[in-house]
Amino acid sequence: MSTTTTAAPPPVAKPKPPRRGVFQAEFWRRHGFAFAVLVPSLIVIAIFVYGFIGYSIRVSMSQWQGLLPNLAPRDPLYQTYVDLFNNPRWQADLRNVFVFTFFFLALSVLVGLMLALLVHNALAGAPIFRTIFLFPYSLSFIVTGVVWRWIFTPSAGANLLLQAVGIDPGPKWITDPRVVGDVSTALEAIIPGGDFIQVKLGIPLALLPIVIAASWQLAGFAMATLLAALGTLPDELKEAASLDGAGTWRYHWHIVLPWLRPAIVVILVILGHVSLKSFDLVYAMSGQGPGFATDVPGIFVFEQTFRALRFNLGAAASMIMFLLVAAVIVPYLYRSLVREERS
Amino acid sequence: MTDTAARTTAPAPPTAEAARAPIKGKIGALIALVVLACLFLLPVYIMVMAGLKPPAQADATHMWELPKEIDFSGMREAWARLSPNFRNSLVIVLPATVVASIIGALNGFVFAKLPFRGANVLFAVMLLGMFIPYQVILIPMVRFLQSIGLYGNLSGLILVHIIYGIPITTLIFRNYYAGIPGEIMEAGQVDGVSNFKIFTHLMVPLSLPGFVVCGIFQVTNIWNDFLFGITVVPNPTEQPITVALNNLSGNFSVQWNTVMSGALLAAIPTALIYILLGRFFVRGMTAGSVK
Repeated sequence: MSTTTTAAPPPVAKPKPPRRGVFQAEFWRRHGFAFAVLVPSLIVIAIFVYGFIGYSIRVSMSQWQGLLPNLAPRDPLYQTYVDLFNNPRWQADLRNVFVFTFFFLALSVLVGLMLALLVHNALAGAPIFRTIFLFPYSLSFIVTGVVWRWIFTPSAGANLLLQAVGIDPGPKWITDPRVVGDVSTALEAIIPGGDFIQVKLGIPLALLPIVIAASWQLAGFAMATLLAALGTLPDELKEAASLDGAGTWRYHWHIVLPWLRPAIVVILVILGHVSLKSFDLVYAMSGQGPGFATDVPGIFVFEQTFRALRFNLGAAASMIMFLLVAAVIVPYLYRSLVREERS
Repeated sequence: MTDTAARTTAPAPPTAEAARAPIKGKIGALIALVVLACLFLLPVYIMVMAGLKPPAQADATHMWELPKEIDFSGMREAWARLSPNFRNSLVIVLPATVVASIIGALNGFVFAKLPFRGANVLFAVMLLGMFIPYQVILIPMVRFLQSIGLYGNLSGLILVHIIYGIPITTLIFRNYYAGIPGEIMEAGQVDGVSNFKIFTHLMVPLSLPGFVVCGIFQVTNIWNDFLFGITVVPNPTEQPITVALNNLSGNFSVQWNTVMSGALLAAIPTALIYILLGRFFVRGMTAGSVK
């Protein structure tokens, strides 16, 4: 972290030998404007991003609970993190966010892919369809959450449609406390000390409606990204494939899909990090859910910090969120920016 | 000539049947698209219809029905409750978008057109700021705002949106200026014009589309923000519309037609921007994926 905050524009860091004194004036003529523009922004980012993260690390190692700031260190320093991972609610949150991310990515990418291929090859009306499928992306997660909460209320919405086709009673949706496919008992037997797992490690059914709502909102993003990639697919490839006698399926499997792979990686990274950060949508749609069935780290941090005033616990949880997001984003930024510069 | 002729005739005899098969498939695909589009619009249908129903019809059991009569009582009630917050959101969005866009244009110009060693590393360091979960900076941010007297009011929220908007606006303008031919820069530099003048006299006049893309993206982001709104401003009358809408929907004494009208109110500005300026909207959105 310290290396990044001190990473001011490199040219200044290396003073040149005095015999190139001309260099000074030359340097400022060439780089003065860049310097004057970037330095203020970099200082702001250094403080408000990296400095603030540093402060949160410090809070996470402090005794601060309650209204008055108390930065006295805990003993041992990592004790709040031990508390955090022994907290059943946090364990449920980690389970939920991974389950949610998996299903959300799978559904958004599959639906996005299907929509992109359909719209790209549409006989007519492609722009209209694209507009419709991308429309939810322009809305606030709160709007989405409020509307979908109503649709997935067991006494309403989706279940009325299911009743009409004879399924009664319908699923309990966001009020369902069940967790299916629990593997925690199996894990406890294998992992030494596995008995610290206090929640069922399975799929909380109440999460699935939220997966649907989130995919409704963001499958359009996947579609738009894939459509852009499809637009650059060279026609020669299609012609070559048809000359080779490849059918539609083989053409899509062997040519279109590999062509789309970089775009799919981008979608997985962007939507994956959105999913790890999720807060608004879940907060508006179901909150913690029954037995923390829909609780996520974003809600945990917010409520522990600003409702329960357990600042150290909230800060520790936010650090774990940050590390999860960084694990996805940092390699991505490295690949698309830093490595490109070296080559 | 002979080459193209060969190509058009080679896989030639397209029998009537072979030609019809893909057409059949295309019509099937079109039907699938129409069905999917209707499915995608169902939640919008629910929101708009419930917002226009009389209270008695806007309940769970009549959810899918068309309104028996158009009734604006829900809309009036929602506007009465949410109009101060609607105004707050406008007051936050406009200055935060303008200031962050100007900073982003300057930064983006430097990163795209005045390259220096290590620029991409610095850019990546800056860009990480737009991906972090903001939960990780909330505690120091609230303390900072308290210490400068901006906690709990709109100015604090504007400041926060400007600061955390810098990475994304820089990214959008960097990509935008990268698409402007280098000859323009070179012409200016050969004439010995300063970089500042090159920016103000040559780049700014070419930047309108960039500002539109960046502006749309920032307006949408800030209008739809919830986390900063709920942490920086505890006072309900000062909160932005997303926070107020969430409070409204959590209030069980409020009728559904009012809640859905509220959702509609919160959705209208960004939805309008999307419908009217969709082309720019998509460009801003894909800019968020770095390259």
